Amino acid sequence: MKKLLELTVNGEHYEVLVEPKTLLIDVLRDQLGLKGAKRGCDSGSCGACTVLLNGKPVHSCSILALQANGGEILTIEGLADGPNLHPIQEAFLDHWALQCGFCTPGQIIAAKALLDENPNPTEEEVKTAMNGHICRCTGYNMITEAILDAAKRLQEARR
Amino acid sequence: MKNITQNFEYFAPKTVEDALSLLSRYGDKGRILAGGQDLLLLMRQDLIAPEYVIDIKGISDLDYINFDDKEDLRIGALTTHRTLEKSPLVKNRFSILSEMEQNLGSVELRNWGTVGGSLCIGRPCGDPAPLLIVLNGRIKIASLRGERIMSIESFNLAPFEVDLRPDELLVEIQVPNSPPRNGVSYKKFSQLEEDCAFTAAAVSITLNHEKNICDDIKIALSMAPTAMRAKKSEEVLKGKEINANLLAEAGQVASEEAGTLTEQASKGYRKKLVKILSKEVSDQYRRELMKVLVERAGEEALERAKRA
Repeated sequence: MKKLLELTVNGEHYEVLVEPKTLLIDVLRDQLGLKGAKRGCDSGSCGACTVLLNGKPVHSCSILALQANGGEILTIEGLADGPNLHPIQEAFLDHWALQCGFCTPGQIIAAKALLDENPNPTEEEVKTAMNGHICRCTGYNMITEAILDAAKRLQEARR
Repeated sequence: MKNITQNFEYFAPKTVEDALSLLSRYGDKGRILAGGQDLLLLMRQDLIAPEYVIDIKGISDLDYINFDDKEDLRIGALTTHRTLEKSPLVKNRFSILSEMEQNLGSVELRNWGTVGGSLCIGRPCGDPAPLLIVLNGRIKIASLRGERIMSIESFNLAPFEVDLRPDELLVEIQVPNSPPRNGVSYKKFSQLEEDCAFTAAAVSITLNHEKNICDDIKIALSMAPTAMRAKKSEEVLKGKEINANLLAEAGQVASEEAGTLTEQASKGYRKKLVKILSKEVSDQYRRELMKVLVERAGEEALERAKRA
């Protein structure tokens, strides 16, 4: 039997009916049409499905949608301010930190969570925070550089 | 991977009492869902298909870390790995636990996964169990019939099988204060450095208050075939002044006393899982790893005991 699920996603309130067996990623992608979070490994190992749930990065492929009931979710679609990209997105572009882009929404969302918690991370801290994110194209140096640069940009913007 | 095929009835109790009533009613045909990062994988592979799912993640009363000098460290079963990792109290007083948590999977996994959930899924290669065994950890289990407390060492029965009856809920993990001159180390091997352990060894050494003689020792292995004590290996070191040769011997003995993965394979989905695991890693390779891990963990635990 379907149950009522209430979510706030990227600031918008949603009420949807879901089967209890539905995974969070399927509600986001199929019912709300937010295709940013990806099904990659589909088993919690690659990070492509990462979204923020109540401010913390989690794997939306490994959570029942109903487990997020009442929660606040941020996906990659909610990061830019209208036509203006978020500084982390800008930094990813400037550092060529993506090629095919499949893993990028997860990478950027995880980077956002890191910089919210730790605005001035060391290179080592960036690598540790991002170690659950697999990228098959770029290698990881450019991603690390982009996040370190994004940290600077965000700090300058705050001044 | 495919989605879950079979429908189930879903409950999300908000109190322990409500959860226990649901378990006493539906426990034998149901499963408890905490974070669910392991359980949902089993369901998606049709390895298990519960009719009822009791989602306890919303019971906020089971998310706590308490400690005072007279008492043990008390960890609510629904405390996430990330909360344990970040707790200043745990960092100060039980740094080995923070150290283990820092390397348990990814930040995402630790944010959602719970300590109690990880123990209950009974993964033979799981991270928290071996370390909690050498720390003399206990768990509190509740049901409508009452409460019981047991050692984590005896909780693991076989691969993916723990001593939890259908109406029972793990509610708390307890870790006693360590004695003086005690050192603990945890070493694991995984495919990716910070992935879940593939195989692991935990060693706790307590030295005599005057001499550098080993008064007490605990060694625990994972995947042997479940998280278990390596008692023969402990005997090699107990009462001795530990040196490199003895540590190498203890490693050798541990690798020999470990069982084969399949021998304890229980029925149903557990049997299938053990079959998959034993295909992924050869017995010989696993034993070779254990030998080295016990030796290295022993070395580090000894150093830490001397400094403690």
